Amino acid sequence: MTTSMIETRERALLSGNEAIARGAWEAGVRVASAYPGTPSTETLQALVTYEDVDTRWATNEKVAVDVALGASLGGARALAVMKHVGLNVAADTFMTAAYTGVGAGLVIMVADDPGMHSSQNEQDTRLYARMGLVPLLEPSDSQEAKDFTKLGFEVSERFDTPVLLRSTTRISHNRGIVVLEDRAEVPVGGFHPDPSKYVMLPAYARGRHPVVLERLTRLTTYAEELVTEEGADTRVGIVTAGVPYQYVKEVLPEARILKLGMTFPVPVERIRSFAAGVERLVVVEELEPFLEETLKAAGIHVEGKAYFPRTGELSPDLVHDGFAALGLVEPRSSAPTPPPTVVRPPLLCAGCPHTVPYWSLKRLGAVVTGDIGCYTLAALEPLATMDTCVSMGASIGMATGLAASGGADKPVVATIGDSTFLHGGVPALMDAVYNQADITVVILDNGTVAMTGGQEHPGTGRTLSGEETRAVDLPALCRAIGVDDLHVVDPYDVSATLRAIEQAMAHRGPSVVITYRPCIEAPVRIKDRPFWVDADACTACQLCMNLGCPAILWTSETFEGRRKVTIDTEMCTGCTLCAQLCPPRAILPVQEVGS
Amino acid sequence: MSARGVVLAGVGGQGVVLASAVLAEAALQSGFEVKQSEVHGMAQRGGAVVSHIRYGDTVASPIVPLATADVLAGFEWAEALRWLPYLAPGGALVVDARRIVPPGACRDHRRWGVPYPPLDPTSIAGRTGAVVLIDATGIAGTLGNVKAANSVVMGAVSRFLDLSDAAWEKAIARFVPPRTVDLNIEAFHAGQQAETLDPADIPELGLDPLPERHYHIDVNEAWCKDCGICPSICPEFCLALDDAHRLVVVDEEACTGCRLCEVLCPDFAIRIVTPVGAQGGAR
Repeated sequence: MTTSMIETRERALLSGNEAIARGAWEAGVRVASAYPGTPSTETLQALVTYEDVDTRWATNEKVAVDVALGASLGGARALAVMKHVGLNVAADTFMTAAYTGVGAGLVIMVADDPGMHSSQNEQDTRLYARMGLVPLLEPSDSQEAKDFTKLGFEVSERFDTPVLLRSTTRISHNRGIVVLEDRAEVPVGGFHPDPSKYVMLPAYARGRHPVVLERLTRLTTYAEELVTEEGADTRVGIVTAGVPYQYVKEVLPEARILKLGMTFPVPVERIRSFAAGVERLVVVEELEPFLEETLKAAGIHVEGKAYFPRTGELSPDLVHDGFAALGLVEPRSSAPTPPPTVVRPPLLCAGCPHTVPYWSLKRLGAVVTGDIGCYTLAALEPLATMDTCVSMGASIGMATGLAASGGADKPVVATIGDSTFLHGGVPALMDAVYNQADITVVILDNGTVAMTGGQEHPGTGRTLSGEETRAVDLPALCRAIGVDDLHVVDPYDVSATLRAIEQAMAHRGPSVVITYRPCIEAPVRIKDRPFWVDADACTACQLCMNLGCPAILWTSETFEGRRKVTIDTEMCTGCTLCAQLCPPRAILPVQEVGS
Repeated sequence: MSARGVVLAGVGGQGVVLASAVLAEAALQSGFEVKQSEVHGMAQRGGAVVSHIRYGDTVASPIVPLATADVLAGFEWAEALRWLPYLAPGGALVVDARRIVPPGACRDHRRWGVPYPPLDPTSIAGRTGAVVLIDATGIAGTLGNVKAANSVVMGAVSRFLDLSDAAWEKAIARFVPPRTVDLNIEAFHAGQQAETLDPADIPELGLDPLPERHYHIDVNEAWCKDCGICPSICPEFCLALDDAHRLVVVDEEACTGCRLCEVLCPDFAIRIVTPVGAQGGAR
């Protein structure tokens, strides 16, 4: 969606992420920094289409918050964007930014992923707000996503605090109608040195903690202004926020609802007076019983997680079930069980350059620590060659520990993508070299952040806005760290890749194999001359099938009671991997048909 | 008007997300409140993709509640079945007769397979209203680009929704690549007219599980010199060299009887014993 399209329309259908970008732009944001992560990624990709905003990818989420805080202290409204687990990385700065406060408005947008559509855990960002004593706004649709973003900058400046804006997958990836407004020009305020506020020496920080607490008291009062109340029922009152509000409205359109716009600090006294007007108080919230526990601690009798799940996403159906258990609605008629259908796990793409490194590791036998990226799919059949996947960059440190434990019966190999390596792997590789860990690190360099749709990073040589810049030289970086046993191979060369990994695994001490080949999908979709299977030559050994390539399909033909294969030429990218492996040379380039 | 619900389901790469953006835009053009919800991320890369669209005078939940969708559109047969619980009693099922069989769906010696369901609308009889089974991919191919199959499906979906052709065409023009606007609009109209197929005319996949067979890997230890050729070629990783660099059979159960080890052994030291009574046998 281009800027011109958005600006010529009064009402537009925007995703939550696009609406947050729009809100930031309308609020006069000047600097925005993010590390890609589902479901937050599109926010900066939308923001970069607007003018007058310095929008950039950061190496990781901590750097993104550092950059945004610095910009804020310089007097420019600033935005940092990340997924929920990104805030773990950024937590160090985040927790102390609560003490420093801001220059111009600072909004930290965090997208939670209840249900873990594309995440390794489903932590609840509201708990970070409580830990950091930082206010948190929670929109319930695209319009509010835009409005609350703008409000976030105002709250940030009025109360001199960073503001968390919590989205979830169903906000970020839900499109809804948004009324568009113009950009407010907010001049850059300039940097005003104030060591007692910005230099968090113990002596100065001790002075700031009481300021944070006093601010929290004022924010608690302010949170009451962001409450909306509807309905007239005196029997049951429902306290909710975010997308669960929409589910409540779906199931009980006439319900008595107290909807919170700010869920930290919780406007407890406002809720207490609401509770006084109803016989029964129910909290509907996704993930943790955050509001419920706060209200119970304040002595307000409330029901919540006894009726609504604490794990996964809520849905209109789960909210209906909870209300039915509470006796508020009739139970849903149970739908008949659907007919059995096929399991369809995601796969590495046809021609994915990550395929052969994992196929090689399976062949060689290794304990493989994995990391976050497309290649995590190598944990699934048929490659099934990954033993751990925990957090960004964890593969290398975990490999070091596994090797040190003496408990691994095979060589220990860490596998990590290029962007993940730069994000969180570099310090761990330094540690491995420093402590001379007996591990091999395979850096799967495909020149992009592939998992989130092909974003630039410091190793690609391009910025978010598409400008050329210096690229990190990965082999030179590894050498500078002190890696003596370094191999760089093309993962489309099956034997060379197998050989390089085998040699690196045989090396005592830390070794690195960089497999370099651009992603098949980004920045450009690569499609070479496809291959086909000569069915007369195929002996149905199915060796190619174990690559897990989605373009290699089963056929109804058999050989000696085994099923032969065929290649979907539309999907085949011509990577040659299966042809390199095929023992009877039955896999041929398409032009050789009939020759 | 109470909110209408449409669920679009397919496989990554089929254009489900684009089709849902077109439908949402057409509803917006028609003056309705619209919400559309999808899941990105792992759903791409050949996995299942689903998108929910709701429109009406007011819309609360962005997700279609179970058993309330007016239309369920399957861009592929198995995905239509997966999301069937969302279809309202009497709701319309529009489905492309295309079948995308994931590699794991063939149980031929694979221990991780789940078979692909037969394309048989009678298996869901009584659970839907109208069933429109069309050859969307074939129609799009005839028009010049199989990728326009999503527009053919949406043409068939439009029969059950109260949105004008003008709104649909405007929405298509806004979202599809500029060079393919005419093609996609043509595909959309072809979908409006598309005839419902007789399932009996659709050929079977021929991927029913083959008879299960077991093999014995017979290594003549006196002749084997542990050279490592067979473990490096065995497609199913049945063979390995142990720490002492000796050949060991680690997973005989996984052997498919391909005999690559037997054929490639320089010393005739390995033999695959086909079970008695098995069909096929050595050539």
